[in-house]
This record gives sequence, structure tokens and C-alpha cells, in this order.
Amino acid sequence: MKNYIQLNLSLLYWILIAPFTGQFFKIAPIFRQMVFIGVRAAPMVALTAFSVGVTLAMQAAHSLESLGAEMYIPDLVMITLLREMGPVLIAVIVIGRSGSAVAAELGTMKVSEEIEALQVMAINPVQFLVVPRFLAMMVMLPALTIFGNYIGILGGWAVCTFALDFNTAGYVLRALESADTWDLYSGMIKSVVFAWIIITIACNAGLTVEGGAEGVGQATTASVVQALLAMLVMNAVLTGIFFFAA
Amino acid sequence: MSTNGETIIEVEHLVRKFGDRAVLDGISFNVHRGETLVIMGGSGCGKSTLLRHMIGSMKPTSGSVKLFGEEITAMKEREVERVRLRFGMLFQSGALLASLTVGENVALPLLQHTAKSPEEIEQIVKQKLEMVGLTGFEDLTPDEISGGMKKRVGLARALALDPELLFSDEPTSGLDPIMTAVVDELTLKLTHGSHMTAVVVSHDMTSAFRIATRMIMLGHGSIVAEGTPDEMQNSPNPEVQQFIHGRPDGPIPLNLSQEEHKDHQQVRPRPFLGGRFRFHHKRS
Ligand SMILES: Nc1ncnc2c1ncn2[C@@H]1O[C@H](COP(=O)(O)OP(=O)(O)OP(=O)(O)O)[C@@H](O)[C@H]1O
Ligand SMILES: [Mg+2]
Repeated sequence: MKNYIQLNLSLLYWILIAPFTGQFFKIAPIFRQMVFIGVRAAPMVALTAFSVGVTLAMQAAHSLESLGAEMYIPDLVMITLLREMGPVLIAVIVIGRSGSAVAAELGTMKVSEEIEALQVMAINPVQFLVVPRFLAMMVMLPALTIFGNYIGILGGWAVCTFALDFNTAGYVLRALESADTWDLYSGMIKSVVFAWIIITIACNAGLTVEGGAEGVGQATTASVVQALLAMLVMNAVLTGIFFFAA
Repeated sequence: MSTNGETIIEVEHLVRKFGDRAVLDGISFNVHRGETLVIMGGSGCGKSTLLRHMIGSMKPTSGSVKLFGEEITAMKEREVERVRLRFGMLFQSGALLASLTVGENVALPLLQHTAKSPEEIEQIVKQKLEMVGLTGFEDLTPDEISGGMKKRVGLARALALDPELLFSDEPTSGLDPIMTAVVDELTLKLTHGSHMTAVVVSHDMTSAFRIATRMIMLGHGSIVAEGTPDEMQNSPNPEVQQFIHGRPDGPIPLNLSQEEHKDHQQVRPRPFLGGRFRFHHKRS
């Protein structure tokens, strides 16, 4: 825990203070990480989001038809996706794919003395390794979430037009009418917070590995479990703040 | 060459314990400008650990380490970085960044700490790689080159900023005799020509005697013997003689330490193997 807090403080220093002392972060490594963390995760995100959109629409059809309220199917798909399923499920994918990869990569660097070598070359590992990954994650997880929301809505549309008697215009109009911008923004705020949680837990797990290859394996698993738990608890807290307490 | 130069490294009463075991148990020595100090000693006796304390990446249990007159054991990370710009370090494993190419590894300190243009950096990288006999390997990645090549890339990287002090942990292990001679020549050239100071850990006695101006031998946590190569060669200490001539019989226990025997009763050697029981008591 002490390490984790230290990592966060040092990260804040490198992002908020260091650029004003002339140590601006390099752009190329951030883009490399954006491709790795974000772009390569896009196919998996698309598949997940599409399945979730389809599932939501089918469940909604099942429950709402019995009430004679089929017209609200797009509302349900839209709001559930934007507020909850989109940010949470895409974070789950990114934890499993990118968070674990970051933990394993940094952990391997730790046990093969690469981190120590950086320090001895007077290169700060947080500045050199954590900052680009952090910034990439902070940009890419919200971006993936928007992308995933879109694909999920497409999944809902597929069910509504092909299996139910909606037409495309009807679906789109209903969906747009039901959701307001706050539904989108609240999901975006969640995904920014999740991005922070995922990448700091992954980097911390990697940088504090001890005990060779076995240690790397354990740290990677631990980082996935911790990130999942922290993300889900934080989701409940944020939903409470956004939609329950207000 | 002589020991009357300015003192670059001062190690005093350095103690480092891992758990209850004191791996370094009261080590003191000095290194002067222009010297090449070779640290020898059996595998696992704490040579790499000693180097790690000298570069400030491990903190001692007690004792002091001064580099360029500054106490580094008490420094904050930020201050240590300033001192670290003045020396280079070659790790026992090479410690190249696996995600970068050979050329990028050597260029890394230059990119981070100098304002040189990409062309200048490329030029310096070429020149440093040439010094260690690796012309034309810039674009390979560390897992495409051999162990001995990694060592040499690590050396090129350690020398990238033309440091006034070089630490190297077994620079010649894994190298063939010709490459060993090339690396030794390089060390000699830098210490003679550019007044670089070098601290070299070595098991390789040919190489050690070729480059050393002074040697220390570590054993059971302290300095067993210290002196010029000639003094070591003629040392009456049987441990030194056994080590530099590589004899299996002598005062240095052949195998693992005492505690490890307790854990692994079954690997205890049969008594008739080796003369290690003959001189079992510790001299001081
Ligand atoms: N981080 C650590 N935690 C616990 N023990 C350690 C640690 N690092 C080193 N040691 C112990 O310290 C002793 C000295 O290790 P060190 O790596 O310094 O040996 P060495 O003299 O460099 O050996 P070699 O010649 O094989 O490289 C070993 O017995 C090792 O078990
Ligand atoms: Mg060693």
C-alpha cells in the first residue's frame, strides 16, 4: 500500500509539476503505448460490446413484451450500456488484456535488473516507464468505452430490427430520446477513474515484483484480481454518487 | 596509476545483512583516481552486492560509502541521480532493455541526459559499439544476440556518457580469449589515456592481472587480502594462492555455505572428497 501511494504521488509529480520545470514527457512512447493498450484491444472490445448489446435487447424484449412496453427496449439498452455495462465490461477486458500485460512487462524488467539499470543511468523509472503507460491508458480506456458503447447500441439495433418489429429510424429516435448527455458523461467519468485504477495497480504490481519468473506470474495474477475488485467497488461508489445520492 | 591521486571512492565499515546473514561484514577500502581496482572472491561471496552499495542501489545495514567525496548512503533518490551521471555501470547480466534495440540501448543515456542531435548520437553509438567490437549490430534486439555480446553492449552503454568512473561486474565472463583481451585493452586505454577510474569484479585471473593496479579479495564477508597484482601473486595467504591458481584443494570451503548444508543434508560431500576439513578454522 505504501508503494502504491508513493507511485501515485510520484506519478502526479511527473505529470503535473515536472512539465513546468522543463521536463516535458516524450510523445512517441505515449503513442506506442496507446497502440498497445488501446488499438490492439479494440477487436475484443467490439466483440464483447456487441454481445452485451444483443443480450440486453433480448432480455429487455422478454421482460417488456409481457408488459406491452416493447417500445422502451432501446431506452433500456442505451441507458444500461452508457451508465454501467459499457464502462465496466470494457474495463474488464482492458484489465485482462492490457493491465496484465503491463504488470508482466514491468515485472520482467524488474527481475532482469532492467529497472535497476535505468536508475543507475539516472533515469527515473516512473518518468520513463509509468508516465507513458498512464497517459495512454487515460486516453484509450475512455476512447474504447465510447467505441464499445457504439458497438453495443449496434447490437441492440440488430435484435430490434431483425427479430422485433422496429425499423432503424424508430430505434435510433427512441434511443436518442431516452438517453441524455449525463448518461454518457457519467460513464466517461467512470472510465477515466477506472483507467487510473487499472494502470496504477498494474504498474505498481510490476515494479514491486520480487523473486524471479514465479514472482512475475504471481504479481500479474494479483494485479488482475486487485484491479477487478477495486474497479467494481469504485463502480458501485460512483453509481451511488451519480444516480442514488443526488 | 599510483595511489597518490584524489580519492574517488571511500568505503568504510560497510555492513550488509540479509536476514541474519551478514553478506558484507565490515568492509573498508579506498579507490583513487586513475586506479583499476579488481574485486575477486568466490561465487556468492558478495561482490555484486558490494557493487550495488557503491552505486547507491542498495542501502547498507551500517557503514558509509562516499563517491567523489559525497556520502551516498544518506542521499535522496534525486541527489543520487546527480552523482550517477558521473559514473557508468555494467551489470553482471548486461541488464539491457529488452524492448529497445542494441543501438537504442547505447543511445539511451545520451538521449536522456544530453542535448545532442540525433546524428551526433548515432555517431557516438557507432563509435562506442566499435570500441567493444560490435560494429553493425545496432538494429538487433537483445534477445537476438549472445550472452557475451550483451555484456559488451552493456559496456558500451556504460561508457556512453564518457564517465570518469566505471563499475563493471564480470565484464569478461562469457567472452572468448580474444574478446577478453579487447575489453581489457579498452579498460586499460580508458584508465591510462582518459584517467578513468575503474572498479571491476572479475573471476578471470588472466584478465584481472592484466588490468588491475590494485586487487582486493573478498571472503566470508570481509577483505581477505588486498594489494598490487605483484603482492597478490606473492601473497603468503593460502586462500589467495588457492583462488588465483584455481586449485580445488585449500582453505576455501568447496561448497555452499554452512547454513545451506543444514538445509540440504543429502548433498553433504563425502568426507574423503577434498581437503576442506584440513584448514577449517577461519584465519583473521
Ligand atoms: N536481494 C537479496 N536478498 C537476499 N540475499 C541476497 C540478495 N542479494 C544477494 N543475496 C545474497 O548475498 C550473497 C552474495 O551475492 P552476490 O550476488 O553479491 O554474490 P557474487 O559474489 O556477486 O557472486 P557471483 O560471483 O556468483 O556473481 C549470496 O549468498 C546471495 O544469496
Ligand atoms: Mg555477482
